Amino acid sequence: MSTVEDTPTDVPQYQKKDFMSDQTIRWCPGCGDYSILSQVQTVFATLGIPKHKFAVISGIGCSSRFPYYMSTYGFHTIHGRAPSFATGLKLVNPELSVWLVTGDGDGLSIGGNHLIHVIRRNVDIQLLLFNNRIYGLTKGQYSPTSEEGKRTKSTPMGSVDHPFTPAAVALGADASFVARTVDIFVKEQRQVLTDAHSHRGCSFVEIWQNCNIFNDGAFADFTDRKTRDEKVLFVEHGQPLRYGTAEAPKGLVLNNRLQLEAIDLDSPEAEARVLVHDETNLLLGTLLARLQGSADLPVAMGVLYRVQRPVYEAGVQAQLDHAAAKPHAGDLARAIAGPSTWTVE
Amino acid sequence: MNEAVSTPSGSSIPRQVLDAVVVRFAGDSGDGMQLTGSQFTRTTAFHGNDLATFPDFPAEIRAPAGTLAGVSGFQIHFSSREVHTPGDQPAVLIAMNPAALAANIADLKAGGLVIVNTDKFTKRDLEKADLTSDPLEDGSLSGFQVVPVQLSTLTKNAVESLGLGAKETDRCKNFFALGMTYWLFSRDMALTEEWIQKKFKPPYDEANLAALRAGYNFADTVELFHSGYEVPPAKLAPGTYRNITGNQALALGLVAAAQLAGRPLFQGAYPITPASDVLHYLSTYKDFGVVTFQAEDEIAAIAATIGAAWGGSIAVTTTSGPGVALKGEALGLGVMVELPMVLVDIQRGGPSTGLPTKTEQSDLNIAIYGRHGESPAPVIAAQTPGDCFYAAIEAVRVAVKHMIPVILLTDGYLANGAAPWKLPDVASLAPIPVKFADGPSDGQEFRPYERDPQTLARPWAIPGTPGAEHRIGGLEKQEGTGNVSYNPDNHHRMTEIRQAKVDRIAADLDPVEVYGDDGGLLVVSWGGTFGSVRAAVDAGRTQGMKLGHLHLRWLNPMPPGVAEALARYDRVLVPELNMGQLAGLLRQRFLVDTVSFPKVQGKPFKVSELLARFQTLTSPEA
Repeated sequence: MSTVEDTPTDVPQYQKKDFMSDQTIRWCPGCGDYSILSQVQTVFATLGIPKHKFAVISGIGCSSRFPYYMSTYGFHTIHGRAPSFATGLKLVNPELSVWLVTGDGDGLSIGGNHLIHVIRRNVDIQLLLFNNRIYGLTKGQYSPTSEEGKRTKSTPMGSVDHPFTPAAVALGADASFVARTVDIFVKEQRQVLTDAHSHRGCSFVEIWQNCNIFNDGAFADFTDRKTRDEKVLFVEHGQPLRYGTAEAPKGLVLNNRLQLEAIDLDSPEAEARVLVHDETNLLLGTLLARLQGSADLPVAMGVLYRVQRPVYEAGVQAQLDHAAAKPHAGDLARAIAGPSTWTVE
Repeated sequence: MNEAVSTPSGSSIPRQVLDAVVVRFAGDSGDGMQLTGSQFTRTTAFHGNDLATFPDFPAEIRAPAGTLAGVSGFQIHFSSREVHTPGDQPAVLIAMNPAALAANIADLKAGGLVIVNTDKFTKRDLEKADLTSDPLEDGSLSGFQVVPVQLSTLTKNAVESLGLGAKETDRCKNFFALGMTYWLFSRDMALTEEWIQKKFKPPYDEANLAALRAGYNFADTVELFHSGYEVPPAKLAPGTYRNITGNQALALGLVAAAQLAGRPLFQGAYPITPASDVLHYLSTYKDFGVVTFQAEDEIAAIAATIGAAWGGSIAVTTTSGPGVALKGEALGLGVMVELPMVLVDIQRGGPSTGLPTKTEQSDLNIAIYGRHGESPAPVIAAQTPGDCFYAAIEAVRVAVKHMIPVILLTDGYLANGAAPWKLPDVASLAPIPVKFADGPSDGQEFRPYERDPQTLARPWAIPGTPGAEHRIGGLEKQEGTGNVSYNPDNHHRMTEIRQAKVDRIAADLDPVEVYGDDGGLLVVSWGGTFGSVRAAVDAGRTQGMKLGHLHLRWLNPMPPGVAEALARYDRVLVPELNMGQLAGLLRQRFLVDTVSFPKVQGKPFKVSELLARFQTLTSPEA
C-alpha cells in the first residue's frame, strides 16, 4: 500500500478526466492500450491520492508511451530500465505512488534483469506489464512471450524460442503480489489495479493486451464472449476454483501427480473436492500462473498470489534512521578528519 | 614477551640525515604488503614528512603463491620537502620472496638497499619465480647492498611461545619486516602498535606485536645495517592533516557536496575495480542520510541515479571504464532530460577488462565524445588524492547550477595513492544553492523546459510538488513546454542549447594560469599526472630548461585563456597515460601542433622519463 500521509479530506474529488493529459494519443486505433489507459485513469481517481503524488515511469515500446497520456508526473526512460529509474525515485521519495508501465519486450527481453531485481527487492511500486506477445513499435518481430513457431518478419520459418510465462517469471523472482488481467475485462481489471495499489510491495500485474496490427486475436480464445466462460477462471481468495458455464460448471482439483485437473461439478461430492483459492500459497499460485488454457483447463485471472514481506525502501530508511541516532551523526568536520590527524604548527 | 621498543635504542650504528627516500615493499599478494605499506605510510605522515604512495597489486585476489603473477607492491616516497610523486626509483626494497625480488630489482637505484627473506629461496621457490639460478649467489645483485634475513625463521622464533599454527605464524612475518624498516628510518612504532591491538583479536594481536618488536630489535642488536636514516619533518603549511587516498577524498567530497546543497546524497553503483571503495566508504556515511544502492548492473546503477536526481537528491554514480561504456545510453538520457547528476569514472587500463588494478587516463575520449547523438557533457578531472574532495564538490556545484550531468574523472593512481591532506575548514566551504520549482500559481501549465537566461538551466521540479506535474523522457522536447516534438527546427535549436549549456559553464571558471617560464616548452597535463609533471618541470627548470606547466582541471568546457597560453610557447608537449587523447583534443579545439608523449604501462610517469623528453624538445637541435 502506498504510504501517502494526506488524509482523504485533503484530496480533491477526482474524475477520470483529471488524469488525462492534453497530448494526442498516438496508439493505433483499436489498440488494447486505450482500454488500459482508461482503466488506470479511472482507478487513479478513486485512490484518494493527490495527483502530484503519482509518478508513472515507463521504458520503451508502444506501452511505454503511457506516461505522456497521464496528467501526473511521468518519465519515459530507456529501453528495459524503467524498474531501475523507479527504484531510484522510490528510494529517495518513498511517499510517492509509483506506477511502472512496461511490455513483454521491454520488461522480459532487454529489461529482464531489472524486472526480476525490482521484484526481488520488493520495492513498493505497481508494475504493469502489457503482454501482447509481439514487438509492436519495431513493427512486428516475435517477443519473449510469443508462442513457439511464431511466424514474423524476423522469423519467416517460425520462431524456435520457448516463451516465458510472465506471471511464473514474477513468482520465480519471489514476487509478493502477482495478478493477471485482460485489457477488455474492464471491471476485473479495475479491481486488480486497485488491489495492486493497496498491496505494500512490488505488485506485478500482467495485462493481456491485444495488438490488432501485428498480433490480432492473440488472446481471442479467452476473450471471446462465446468461449470466455469455459476458458477463464477468475480466482478469488477463499473461494472455490470454479469456472465454466452455468450449464456445465467445472472446478480444479489437485491430482496425485501434484497437477491441477479439471472436473465436472455434477455432484455434491465433486463440489466438495474443488480446491479453494489461497493467495498465500506459492505452490498453488505457481500452478495457476502456469495454466495455459489447453484441453479442458482454463487460464487463471485475478490475484494469483499475495503475501506480505519487507519493503526495500523501508529497510533502507530504517538503516538511515538507525545511523542518524548514533552519536556525532552527520558531523561533517569529524568525518573529514577521519580516524587520526596530526597538527603542523 | 619482548619489551616494547618505541624509540631508537642506544645502538652505535651511525644515523644519516636524508632529504627524501623511496621505499618499496614487495611480496606475494597474500603477504600483507598493502597493509605493511599503509602502516608505514601512517607512521611516516605522523612523523611530519610529506609523502606520496603507489600501491601496485595484481588483479587476481590470490595468484599461485610465489609466482611473478602474484607479486604485490607498495611504494612510498617521503621527504622533508614537498612531494609530488611516489618516486621513480626505490632506494630501499623489501623483497619477501624470489618473485618479488625478480619483479622489482630492475627498479632499484644503483647501490640501493635490498632486504631479502632468505627462507623463501629454496629451489622450489626459485622455480615458482621462473628463476634458473639463485640471485643471492649468482652475482646478479652485486650492484646493490644486500641484507639477507631469515625472516620466516626469526618470525617463528619470536612468536613460538603463543602456540600459533605454522601458517598463522608465517603470516606475522610482514610485521617483522615492518619492524626492521621502522628501525632503519628511526620511526616511533606506537601508532602501529596501537593499531595492531585494535585490529587483531588474541592471540594474533600479541603475535603481530611480537613480530614487529622482534624485527626492530633484531635490526638494532645484530647491527644489520651499516647505517640508519632520518628524514626530518617537512615544512608543511600550518594546519591539521590526515592521510587520505583519492577514493576516500572523493567519498567525503560527495558527502560534503550534498551537505552544502542541503539535500540527501544518493549513490547508484555496481562493484568494479578501482571504484568499489567509494561504494564501501559511502555506505558508512548513512548518518548523513546517504543512500547507497548496489544495483544489479552498471545500467541499473545510473538509471536509479537519474531516478533519484529527478526525485531531488544529489545523485551520483561511480564506476570505471567498462561501466562508463555500459552507462552511455542512460547518460544520453540524462543529457536529454537535463537533470543534475555526477558520473565518476575512476579510470583503469583498457579496453575491455584490460588492466583493472592499474592506472590509465584513457577514458578522456569516452567522457567527452562517448555517447550516441550530439550529447555534450561537462568533464572535470581531479589532480591529486586530496583534490578528489574538491573536484567532487565542484562537479556537484556545476551539475546543480546548470541542470546537467557532469563527468568527473579520477584514476587508479589517485584512487589508491595516499598523501597527507590538510583538512578543509568546513565552515568556509561555499553552499551549493538548490531551488526546486513551484507549481505555477496562475493556473497555467507548468513549463519544464523554460530556461534560466544566464545558464540556460531548466527548472528542477520534483515529483510531489503540487501543480508542477510534467512528463519528461528521451524523445526530443519542445522548447518551453517539454512536450514531445518532432519539429526539425526545434531539434536543431535544442541541440544547440544543449551544447550552449556546456559552453556557458566556462563563464564560472578561472582563466588558466601557467606555472613556470613564459616561453620555451609548454607542458600541458590533466588529471592524475599533475604531480609527476609538476615535479619534472621543477627539476627541469633547476637544470636551466625553459618550461611552463599548464594543468587543465576542466576538460569540457576548457577555461578561458587556453588558446592564448598555447600561443605563447615555441612547442607544446602533452604527456598522458593514454595514446594522445588530450593532445588530439587540443589540436581539434585550438589548431595547435601538439607533441604527444603517450604512456600506457599501467604506471604513472617517472620524473626521469619526463625530463628526458623535455631535454630532447628544448635542446637547440630540436
